[in-house]
Amino acid sequence: MATYSDPPAESFKLSQLINDTRYRSYTFQVIALIGILLLVGYLISNLINNLQAAGLNISYQFLGEPAGYDINQRLIEYDSQSTHFTAAIVGVLNTLLVAVLGCAMATVIGVVVGVLRLSRNWLIRTLMSVYVEIFRNVPVLIWILIIMAVFTAVLPQPRDFRGANATASMVGDMFAFTGRGFYAPMPYFETGFAQGAVGWAVVLVVLLGSWLAARAVGRWAARNQEATGLRPTTWHITAGLWLVPLAVVLYVQGLAWEYPALKGFNFQGGIFARASLIALWFALSIYTAAFIAENVRAGILAISKGQTEAAASLGLRPNRIMNLVILPQALRVIIPPLISQYLNLTKNSSLAIAVGYMDITGTLGGITLNQTGRAIECVLLLMLFYLTISLAISAVMNVYNNAVKLKER
Amino acid sequence: MSKSDLSFVRTEMLPEQAPPVTEQGVVKWLRENLFAGPINTVMTLISLVVIYKILVGITPWLANGVWTTSSLAECREVLQGQTGGCFSVLTERWNQLLFGFKYPVEEYWRPTLAFVLLMVAITPVLFQELPRLFVAAAAVIATVVLVELLAGAAGLAVPTVVVGGLGYWVLARFGAAQGWGSMAVSRKLLLVTGLFPFVGYWLIWGGTVLAPLVALVGVLAGYMAFRRFEAASFAMGFLAALVAALVVWYLGGFVTAAAQDALALPEVPSRDMGGFMLNMMLGTVCVSLSLPIGIVLALGRQSDMPIIKWICVVFIEFIRGVPLITLLFVANVVLAYFLPPGTNFDLILRVIIMITMFSSAYIAEVIRGGLAALPAGQYEAADSLGLDYAQSMRLIILPQALKISIPGIVNVAVGLFKDTTLVSVISMFDLVGMIRGPILASTEWNGVYWELWGFAVVLFFVVCYGISQYSQWLERQLQRDHR
Repeated sequence: MATYSDPPAESFKLSQLINDTRYRSYTFQVIALIGILLLVGYLISNLINNLQAAGLNISYQFLGEPAGYDINQRLIEYDSQSTHFTAAIVGVLNTLLVAVLGCAMATVIGVVVGVLRLSRNWLIRTLMSVYVEIFRNVPVLIWILIIMAVFTAVLPQPRDFRGANATASMVGDMFAFTGRGFYAPMPYFETGFAQGAVGWAVVLVVLLGSWLAARAVGRWAARNQEATGLRPTTWHITAGLWLVPLAVVLYVQGLAWEYPALKGFNFQGGIFARASLIALWFALSIYTAAFIAENVRAGILAISKGQTEAAASLGLRPNRIMNLVILPQALRVIIPPLISQYLNLTKNSSLAIAVGYMDITGTLGGITLNQTGRAIECVLLLMLFYLTISLAISAVMNVYNNAVKLKER
Repeated sequence: MSKSDLSFVRTEMLPEQAPPVTEQGVVKWLRENLFAGPINTVMTLISLVVIYKILVGITPWLANGVWTTSSLAECREVLQGQTGGCFSVLTERWNQLLFGFKYPVEEYWRPTLAFVLLMVAITPVLFQELPRLFVAAAAVIATVVLVELLAGAAGLAVPTVVVGGLGYWVLARFGAAQGWGSMAVSRKLLLVTGLFPFVGYWLIWGGTVLAPLVALVGVLAGYMAFRRFEAASFAMGFLAALVAALVVWYLGGFVTAAAQDALALPEVPSRDMGGFMLNMMLGTVCVSLSLPIGIVLALGRQSDMPIIKWICVVFIEFIRGVPLITLLFVANVVLAYFLPPGTNFDLILRVIIMITMFSSAYIAEVIRGGLAALPAGQYEAADSLGLDYAQSMRLIILPQALKISIPGIVNVAVGLFKDTTLVSVISMFDLVGMIRGPILASTEWNGVYWELWGFAVVLFFVVCYGISQYSQWLERQLQRDHR
């Protein structure tokens, strides 16, 4: 009786590459790889041929050349003699500015609307549903252009504020809402041992100190509660810790306000927010807020009623039920879609180009591209920037998701 | 101790008393829903004031609306300082808003007919059965539209549909639909769905009927080849289909080139398309193209083969990481560099390619969610039946995964339809582009913001809200099966 220790050795046949599941996946992968490489090679060879035919090359030297155009909305020093690279940085900062402002406002509106959609009040509930449906179902570009139209068609021009029979007036001599943008008083330090940015840094340090102190008080109260069962009343201490040092440092530095005033054809002084920035900011906020409201509502509804009842039967009070039981669980549901809404808002901010707000799409992808004709380089850099932001935000989201994941054993 | 033997027991029930006034009817509803507690009352009052203000602002604007003047100046004369909307911009520029400003006027019936056919074509995809009243209403509306088309008044088609739709809604709302019952949507209509891409292309772009016919024959040849070789393996069938289709298209190219005038409609170049028609075209084409691509990408991303998986991951994450506008820039200024010298793609085709890539990445993610939501037992059951990969996907996995992903896919579709307005940034004249460009910049209508933007808002709202309502309805339908 013959015994076999090995299966009969088969010689490898070519047909196994397609018929044998052990090898087939390699065949497919090799085919796919070759296909992709061929495609990429084809595209790149076309690119090289086209560039040669047009006498162009790929080069980023243009970034070091003077841009030659002005940017009216800027957070850092910039003039028309600055380089294209500086222009791009101005654009990046403008994108980030409108993204941060937009995310903040969208969150506030979205949370309020989302909570109110669950209100017992029928009228409020219906109004909020109408808000959400209207803003969700119309393109954000149309909202941006509509709010821009409010500036051009409804709000008064600076010249309307002038003269004895002015048709428009400032609100409390402090705020001016004009077709060019909004003006508000700007705080600055009059005397003080430190000027400008340093002065604000001092204020920031003081606030940080207050925060640490308030936290220490909170910890002390918690220790006390665990030891004795009684939580000492601390709100007045905390309030004092926040307010007193702030008031002192502002007084010592001589806080004063610079009011916007009509000079010549325009307002001077104060904080000026350009119409394009406001239009973009408001439109992105109210549009994204409609989506955030839905996320918030879904998150709250996802927590079963039993949780509330269980907490109540433990003797917790309503706002402690909210803070200790409902919110921690609801946030786990709400935050991932919330962050992807932030991401959407940031990407939608590229629509700035429609109202002439100079974000990265307006500078690098707009004027720089048109002036230098370096389409490939500009679009590539533009994509790289947005890609970096997206990947950074998704990395943060992954860290958060891992941190709050239900720890299952 | 004895109890008193005097007792009184009522032998009949007292009649029920009506509940207190505050606990019934309207008053109860008001108390519970509008005036429960001081905060609620204040909020109700504030909302009432807001609603009142909005109504007071809008009513005269709508009521005094002027519909028949030919410029803003004339309209202001008619109004004589009163508040009122100059809606005449809509009536005067109606065709431009719908079709763009270059599409030949005498050909307006073609896109309109294509739109009606589109509605017929998607019906069997969207609905298993429809209320009889709805079918009757749709038939009446379609007849009226066709008569209008024959009479050369294509611009009236949309108002007819809107008015007819509202009429149906009112009828259905007041219970007229109950007596009629509902009827199954004939599966034969799927034939229209299959033919629509070719007919629609022919109607909108024009040219000889041979071009779409050859395309159709190629697809049929591919399908037949696939059926012939499917038994060997899916990959084999796919390859055979590809080869057969390419051969037919290549040979058909000569036929088309030889007979340019066979049954030809006047040709309309892509750059002449505009208005809301462009939004509809981009939306429909890109959604339907991106669905199969999205399925392939999702399967690729779930695959065990590392190279294929990483190709899909990189593609999807790259596309999802950049805004659509940058992709449109690519279509506008960069894509030409990557094509062989001398090829001249028209802009609309380049835009369709980029938007399709964009939405297929999003759809892929939605479908991946559906694939991941299926229990592993389904995959294992398919394997244990001895099905190969293609069979198990087609017969077991995808039908279930797609069903789970339908709401997500519809969300992507609505988002995509809204995003088609972005093409106005790269100087294409879709609805938004028409309003911003030729209409608001014209001397007659410079400054008519609210009427135009209001129109755009209403148009997009109706379409997008309709689609999302459909998706919610479908979700409810599908949920019922799992009970």
